[in-house]
Amino acid sequence: MVNITIDGQQFQAAEGQNVLQAALDNGIEIPHLCYHENLSSYGGCRLCLVEITRGQRTTLTTSCTYPCLEGIVVRTDTPEVLKARRLVMELLLPLAPEAPQIQALAREMGISEQRFTEEEADNCIRCGLCTRACTEMVGAQAITFSGRGYRRAVESPFGEEAVDCIGCGTCVYICPTGCIEMLDRGTQRTLPKWKRTLELKKCTKCGWPYIPFAQIEFARQRGQEPPAADWFDLCPNCR
Amino acid sequence: MEVKEIDQVMEKYGSDPADILGILMDIQEKERYLPRETLDYLSKKLDLPMTKLYRMATFYEALSLKPLGRHQIHVCMGTACHVRGAARILDKLESQLSIKAGEVTPDLNFGLKTVNCVGACALGPVVQVDGEYHGNMSALKVERMLKKYSGSENKEAE
Amino acid sequence: MVGFLETVILKSVKERGGPVFRLNSVGELEKLRAEISEKRDTGKPCITTCLGTGCHAYASYDVYDALAEEIDARGLKEKIELRGTGCHGFCEQGPIVVIFPSEICYCRVQPEDAADILAALMEDKVVDRLLYEDPVSGQKYEREDEIPFYKNQNRLILGQNRLIDPQNIEDYFAQGGYKALAKALTDMTPEDVLAEVKKANLRGRGGGGFPAGVKWETTRQAPEKEKYVVVNADEGDPGAYMDRSLLEGNPHLVLEGLILGAYAIGAAEGFVYVRQEYPLAVDNLSRAVEQAQGYGLLGDNILGSGFNFRVRIKRGAGAFVSGESSALVSAIEGQVGEPRPKHINTAISGLWGKPTNLNNVETWANVPFIIERGADWFNGIGNEGNKGTKIFSLVGKVNNTGLVEVPMGIPLRKIIEDIGGGIPQGKKFKAVQTGGPSGGCIPEQHLDTPVDFDRLQELGSMMGSGGMIVMDENNCMVDVAKYFMNFLKDESCGKCTSCREGTKRMYEILEAITKGEGRAGDIELLEELAWVTEKTSLCALGQTAANPVLSTLRYFREEYEAHINEKRCPAKVCKALIRYTIDPEKCDGCGRCQRNCPEEAISGELKSPLVIDTDRCSRCGICLEVCRRDAVVVE
Repeated sequence: MVNITIDGQQFQAAEGQNVLQAALDNGIEIPHLCYHENLSSYGGCRLCLVEITRGQRTTLTTSCTYPCLEGIVVRTDTPEVLKARRLVMELLLPLAPEAPQIQALAREMGISEQRFTEEEADNCIRCGLCTRACTEMVGAQAITFSGRGYRRAVESPFGEEAVDCIGCGTCVYICPTGCIEMLDRGTQRTLPKWKRTLELKKCTKCGWPYIPFAQIEFARQRGQEPPAADWFDLCPNCR
Repeated sequence: MEVKEIDQVMEKYGSDPADILGILMDIQEKERYLPRETLDYLSKKLDLPMTKLYRMATFYEALSLKPLGRHQIHVCMGTACHVRGAARILDKLESQLSIKAGEVTPDLNFGLKTVNCVGACALGPVVQVDGEYHGNMSALKVERMLKKYSGSENKEAE
Repeated sequence: MVGFLETVILKSVKERGGPVFRLNSVGELEKLRAEISEKRDTGKPCITTCLGTGCHAYASYDVYDALAEEIDARGLKEKIELRGTGCHGFCEQGPIVVIFPSEICYCRVQPEDAADILAALMEDKVVDRLLYEDPVSGQKYEREDEIPFYKNQNRLILGQNRLIDPQNIEDYFAQGGYKALAKALTDMTPEDVLAEVKKANLRGRGGGGFPAGVKWETTRQAPEKEKYVVVNADEGDPGAYMDRSLLEGNPHLVLEGLILGAYAIGAAEGFVYVRQEYPLAVDNLSRAVEQAQGYGLLGDNILGSGFNFRVRIKRGAGAFVSGESSALVSAIEGQVGEPRPKHINTAISGLWGKPTNLNNVETWANVPFIIERGADWFNGIGNEGNKGTKIFSLVGKVNNTGLVEVPMGIPLRKIIEDIGGGIPQGKKFKAVQTGGPSGGCIPEQHLDTPVDFDRLQELGSMMGSGGMIVMDENNCMVDVAKYFMNFLKDESCGKCTSCREGTKRMYEILEAITKGEGRAGDIELLEELAWVTEKTSLCALGQTAANPVLSTLRYFREEYEAHINEKRCPAKVCKALIRYTIDPEKCDGCGRCQRNCPEEAISGELKSPLVIDTDRCSRCGICLEVCRRDAVVVE
C-alpha cells in the first residue's frame, strides 16, 4: 500500500492501482467516459484529467492511466483541471449530442451552448470501451478501431459482417452513448452496427429466445464449462 | 497471390506475428494492395484476429485495401513542396486525370495520392511515380510526365 | 519501389571490395585497414558521382553510367576510379560530380558531359561550363570547399558522404571506420564510453534535445538485464531529410554509433526503424548490416572482445506518429504504432517491457566521433549547452537548397544568407519554419538568434530534427498554419479527444479564415483550442500540435486579422480572397495560359490580349506559372 493525497485528504491505495479507481473507491467523483474497472485503462477520452504532483513535478494528466505511487498529491478540482475538462467535453459533445449521459455530463460541467457542430454525428465518441470489452472481457475480438485521426471509427473488419461477433451484447451494455443497437426479433438477434445477425436458442421452459447459439459455441470452444451440462437450456429467469 | 508466395513472405520473417507489418508491406508491394483472401489466410496462419490486420491496414498510409493504379503517383505535400506550390501540381494532376487524390483512374492505369514529405525537399515540388522522383515540377511538366507513363503502358499492353 | 532503386544501384554500381572474412581482433581490423590503404593509390584520380536521392532524381545514375562508358572507351579503367557516393548535400545543383584528389566540383552534370569531363581530367584542365557559378556575384568556383554553400559549413557528420560508396564497407574502413569501436573495445570499459558521451553533452538530434548520455545511463542502470537500443529512423518531419541522407550515404557510421551505444548500455540486440518512404536507406543499411556481420563487427564476440550484439531492421509503413518513442516501441513489437501512456520512461520499460534506449539517426552518427576524438574535442564545437554540429535541411524559398551542417549556435541569418544565398528572385524574406509540425515560424527580427535547442524554444519554435523551411513575401502565414494543421489532423492517431478533435476544429477554423469566412472571436477560439490540445494530449504530437498556430499568431497576428476583418490575404495566396486577371498591356495573346488552364476559364482571340473569366477560374495559378510575359496579375 502507498499513501496518496487527493484534494487534501490522505488515503491508502494499492501501489500501481490507477488514481481514478482509487478516487472512485474513496467516494471522490472524477468524470470519465473511456474507463471501466474491468478493462485496461486507455486514456483516450481525456475527461478524467487531474493535476498530479510527484516530487517537484506537477502535471495535468489522465487519472485512469496514472499509477498510485507513494506520496503523490492529486488535485481534482483546480481551475485549470476544470477548464481543461470542460473544453474536452465541448469537443466530445458534437460527436454524440443526443446521448443522455453526454448531455448530463456537459450540463454538470456548466456547458450551456454547443460551440462546435458535427454534420454526420454517429453518436460514437471513440472511447473504445466496446473494442476493449470485446477483446478483454469476451475474447471474441470481433470489432476494432479503424483509421486514424479524425477518421478513426469503430468497425467490424472491412465494415462488413463481424464474423467473429457472438452476439453477446457486451458492447451494447458498455457503450456510454448507446450508439450500438441490438435488436431481438423472434429467434434472431441483430447488431446492425456490426452487420451481424445470429440465431437465438430458446429457453426450454419459458420459450424465450435468450442466447445466441454462437455464444454457447464460443464458450464451449474456449473450454468455459457451464456449471451444469444443461445450463444453457434454461434462461436466467428459469434457472 | 498464390498461397506458396504468401508462405514465402511469412517465412522471410520467420512467421513471427511481431513482424506482421513487414509481412503486410511485402504483400502490398507485390500485389499493390492487400487482397481480402490473403488477409484471411494470414489471419489463420499467424493466429492473428482479423480485427488486428484490418486495424493495421487502415492505420498505415502505405497499406491499401483497394487495388492501386498500375502507376502510382504520389504528390509530395511536405512543407518545402507546399511553399513552392505543390497544391498547383495536385490541381493539375487532378484535372488531367479527372480523379481526386486518393482515387484510381477507371482503367486502373493511374492512382493519385498525396503524401506527407518524401524527403526530397531540395527538389520541391516533387512528384513520385512508381518510386521515381520528378523534381522541380511545374504544371507544364505534369503533362509531359503523364505522357511518359501513358506511353509505356500502351506499349506494354501491345 | 525497392525493386526499382535496387536495379538502379545494381546496374550502376558494380561489385566492389575484396572477400569478406571475419576479423577476430582489433589487430586484424587495423591490418585490413592498412592493406586497403596500400591497395589504394591516393594519387589516382577518382571521379565520384552523387547517387543520393536528390541527385538520383536528376538522373545521376545516367551520368554515372556515361562516365563508366567513357572511362571504358578510353581504356582508362586501371588509371581512373569511378565511385558512386551518398548525398553531398547541395541537392539544388545536382547531379554533382567531384573529382579527387583535386576536389574539382561539377554541378548539374548531364550524361553528355562525360566525354568533356574525362578529356579535361586527362589534360589537367577543368570544364568551365560545369563549374558552380554564384547566382549573385557570377563568380565561378573550382573546388567544392570553396563554394560559399560549403565554405561556411562544418561538415563533421555529413563530410564522409562524398568520399565513400555507401555499399562498400572498405570505403568506410579507408576513412577510419570502426576505429572508434576498436578503441572502445580495447581501451575503454562500457562505463568509460558512457562517461565520454555524457561529458560530451551530446543532445538528442531528433527533437527535444535531451542529453543522450543521461538517457543511456538510465537504460544502463535499469535493473532488467536484457536491454535494447534503437535507431529511430522514422524521420517524418516534412521538410527534413538529413537522416535519410546519412542512412543512404553512410550507413556504417550510424551502425558504429549504435554498436558503441549498445556496448556502453549493455544491450545485446538493436533495432533500426526506418520509414518505408526511404527504400534506398533500407537497402543500403541492410547491406551494411550484412557486411558488418560478415566482418564480425556485429554478432557474437565482436572483434574478439567477448561483446555480442545483433541488429534488425524494421520498416515503418507511413505513420508520422510512429516516430514518437512509445508508438515506435509498439510498432516494433508488431502493434499499431499508437502512443501509450508512459509514466515509466521507455529508457526503463520499452520494448517488451525491457529497458530501451532510442536515439535518432543523427545522434547515433555523432557517437563514433566523440569516442574516437574525445569529449573535449567535441565540446570545442558549438556554444554553451549545445555542443557539436547540427544538420539542417535548408529548403523552400532559398537559393541554395540542400543539407547544411553547422556548429550549433551560429545565427539563423548566416545559414539563410551566407550558406543559403538568400531568397530567390529578389523577394523579401518573411519567416523560417523550424522544427517540423511541432515547431514554429521565426520572423525577420529574430534572424540573428543563434540556432540551438534552447534559443529556438524561446522563440516559440523548436529544433526538431532540423528542417528549415524558408518562406518569402508570397507565403501566407495563415495558409502555412492551415497546412500544418491539415498535416496534424491527418497524422494524429486519433486516440485522445483533445488531439483528434482539437486539430480537426483548429483546421476547420483556419480553413474558414482562409476562405474569407472568418468571424470575430476566431483567434480567441483558436487560442483556447491550442491550449487544450497542448495541455491534455498524451504524446508529443498532440502536445505540440498547436505550435504552428501559436507561433504564427505570435508573429503574424495582423495577417490573421486581415483575413478575418478585411477578407484580404496580404500574401495573395488564399484562393477565395484573390482574383486573377490579365494585364492587356503585357499580354501578347500567345495562348499558353489558355492551353494550360484546367478550367477553360481563359478566352479571347489569339495574338490579342486574353481575358480570365473570374467565375470559372479556380485560382490554381497555372496561368501565372506558364506566362512568359508576366501578364497575369493577382489581386
